[in-house]
Amino acid sequence: MNFTLTEERQMLQDGLRRYLRDTVTPDLLEDATESASGHSETLWQGLAEMGVIGALFSEEDGGFGGAGFDIALTFEEMGRAGAFEPLLETGILAGGLIAALGSDEQKARIEAIIGGDILTYAHAEPGSRYDLSRVTTRAAKSGEGWTLTGLKSVVPHAPAATHAVVSARTSGAVADRDGLSLFLVPLDVTGLSARDYTVNGGGRAAELSLVDVDLPADALIGPEGGAFDAIETAHARATCAVCAEALGLMESIRALTTEYLQTRKQFGQPIGKFQALQHRMADVLIEIEQARSAVINLAGHLEADRTIRERHVSAAKNLIGRVGKLVVEESIQMHGGIGMTREYALAHLAKRLMMIDHRFGDADYHLERFIRLAAA
Amino acid sequence: MDLNYTDEQKAFRDDVRAFLEAKLPKRLSDKVAGGKRLTKADYEEWHAILNEKGWLGVTWPKEHGGTGWDAVERHIFEEETTAAHAPRIVPFGLNMLGPVLMKFGSDAQKAHYLPRILNGDDWWCQGYSEPGAGSDLASVKTTAVRDGDHYIVNGQKTWTTLGQHANMIFCLVRTSKEGKRQEGISFLLIDMDIPGVEVRPIVLLDGEAEVNEVWFNDVKVPVENLVGEENKGWTYAKYLLTHERTNIAGVGFANAGLAALKRIAGLENDGDRKLIDNPFFAAKIAQVEIDLMAMATTNLRTIAAAAAGQAPGAESSMLKVKGTLIRQEINALTRQAAGPYAMPFVSEALDEGSNEGPVGPDYAMPATQAYFNNRKLSIYGGSNEVQRQIVSKMILEL
Ligand SMILES: Cc1cc2nc3c(=O)[nH]c(=O)nc-3n(C[C@H](O)[C@H](O)[C@H](O)COP(=O)(O)OP(=O)(O)OC[C@H]3O[C@@H](n4cnc5c(N)ncnc54)[C@H](O)[C@@H]3O)c2cc1C
Repeated sequence: MNFTLTEERQMLQDGLRRYLRDTVTPDLLEDATESASGHSETLWQGLAEMGVIGALFSEEDGGFGGAGFDIALTFEEMGRAGAFEPLLETGILAGGLIAALGSDEQKARIEAIIGGDILTYAHAEPGSRYDLSRVTTRAAKSGEGWTLTGLKSVVPHAPAATHAVVSARTSGAVADRDGLSLFLVPLDVTGLSARDYTVNGGGRAAELSLVDVDLPADALIGPEGGAFDAIETAHARATCAVCAEALGLMESIRALTTEYLQTRKQFGQPIGKFQALQHRMADVLIEIEQARSAVINLAGHLEADRTIRERHVSAAKNLIGRVGKLVVEESIQMHGGIGMTREYALAHLAKRLMMIDHRFGDADYHLERFIRLAAA
Repeated sequence: MDLNYTDEQKAFRDDVRAFLEAKLPKRLSDKVAGGKRLTKADYEEWHAILNEKGWLGVTWPKEHGGTGWDAVERHIFEEETTAAHAPRIVPFGLNMLGPVLMKFGSDAQKAHYLPRILNGDDWWCQGYSEPGAGSDLASVKTTAVRDGDHYIVNGQKTWTTLGQHANMIFCLVRTSKEGKRQEGISFLLIDMDIPGVEVRPIVLLDGEAEVNEVWFNDVKVPVENLVGEENKGWTYAKYLLTHERTNIAGVGFANAGLAALKRIAGLENDGDRKLIDNPFFAAKIAQVEIDLMAMATTNLRTIAAAAAGQAPGAESSMLKVKGTLIRQEINALTRQAAGPYAMPFVSEALDEGSNEGPVGPDYAMPATQAYFNNRKLSIYGGSNEVQRQIVSKMILEL
């Protein structure tokens, strides 16, 4: 048994932590959200130069990592800094799906991705909630190519991306696993329109509407109608990423709250001297350690067989959802009024952490799924 | 034991319903129900409608132009107005300062200020908290130094709710540094248009500027603006806090929130069913509903005791803790129900008549907003920790 990172990973973690600590300021985050692209070009280029995007791809795909622990350490650091770059969408989802299913020509794109090209991933739809196979966007063969029509909801970082990997149904009924296909869609293609907006927790996203979008034959990524397993695997990896990000956010919130308890004085003493708060902060710490273990469990089983992997996906996401809510609510409460203000660093971290429960299935969704997986 | 309203109380409830049916503008109830931003004019419009009927001074006796209602009638009014999505009555003048002036104010103060509260000439805000004085309110530092016919006020108040709309602020100020801290505090009424008063907005978690910092720089306040006696302000402040804590349970808000939650869960798709048919989510809704049913009765028990002449004591602390936890849980479930659409934030969509429509269902963004905003419920008006302290001291005698 060994819970230490390999030397390479430790170096990456240390370097990334230092870089983000020096680079990510409240102003940078504010400017990123206010900007049209919804992210920071400086930060993104810096991450690309450090090789952070490459760490999300395996060596055979041109990267130098790609395993569960690479994902976990990278996103934990992103969370610790409260950063919101298109790393998940580019590296894990769109990029990961191209790596998993793409033809050689399509995979040639990965080099540019590792170098900083931004992609996004459009799968969820207005009524699909967290249901992975519920896709109504249709792709029909037209001549040599394809025609796509449908709506995609809350597509993160669409304003910054040049392309999206879009899921569409080429056959089957609305919630069938069979019949799902993936397409690489340029976001400036005729027939595609986007309404973009800011999101709680930082950055921008968009609603995409596709009306008779014509795509060439080679826009199809992977087998026609057979993308579900790859989508599920990509979501497992994405869940690992957001769980690790949540953990990083929790660690920063814990540090901020502990420091506040030590310095804020009421009734002539630091409020951290009140036992009522000491015990609650101790519970927060205990739960964050649980969260860390859940992330390790998931990262360590990300390359395991589907049944084992998915059990850990749902276990981790359920636990992270519950602990995240506790950490958000307790940290705000123990700060008092200051915890309610947008100016104070806690606000951004807490909102971002809470919003993670709204991605890839919330705590209850994964509780039910965990039970179903155990029964299967 | 009888859990039902008397015939008179039922008749009263029907009157309130009929009034709301006839007089509550749909424009306003739509905004409240839809989680839209209320403007100063919206609040003033509703206050004026209530005042015309003589129902604005809900907690006031008849001699001062109030309703003269007992605790049960006030409760019924609260229940019906929240169910109908009426804007809340802005409490600072009506529920806080009014009762203090009636009890401790001079005849001149009563004659001048009370009618102005009812007719909307003055918008009051509450200047208690300071950066260094939150839970430990007795440590207020803002000073008022007597200089002839005036006090010269210097210092800073913070978290002043809706101070941006206010023209008047009632403040706890330090007039003496001798003896116990509580014995050097006075209760002063300050006109915010006097030179030296500066109001700066504070933006909260939800992006709204609902509270403010209020700065005083050599502000000259006439001595007749002192309420009661110098250095007795703490007594008045505590009296005010007991009034602030009436209706503290927020049962009406919780009921309205629960109804909205059920409606949303009935609309949200969850696989092949609706979210409300998801046993895990349905269990959570049921759990909070069960808590609320008991809470409503705990609340009525206190109200009945109050109507029978018992002053609410530490019971109101109990109601505050449980009531806010229930409301916050309803807010959390509503946010959860909104699913991925809890994420988009389009500020303009909260304004009436904006061209920017909501992203996704119209209930989604307000659900997230309300969740973050209502974290305040367990912080202000005496935090839940402070309330628990009161319960353990006053009821448990620990
Ligand atoms: C949205 C909002 C609106 C407000 N509106 C107004 C207003 O209009 N006018 C006004 O005067 N004030 C207002 N307040 C201020 C409010 O009353 C204070 O925030 C509150 O009293 C808590 O003070 P604090 O924020 O300084 O927190 P602190 O007192 O610093 O408390 C920080 C944490 O320590 C805990 N704590 C403190 N003492 C103890 C103890 N002895 N034992 C255990 N735990 C303890 C608290 O419960 C809290 O969790 C408002 C606050 C908010 C958030």
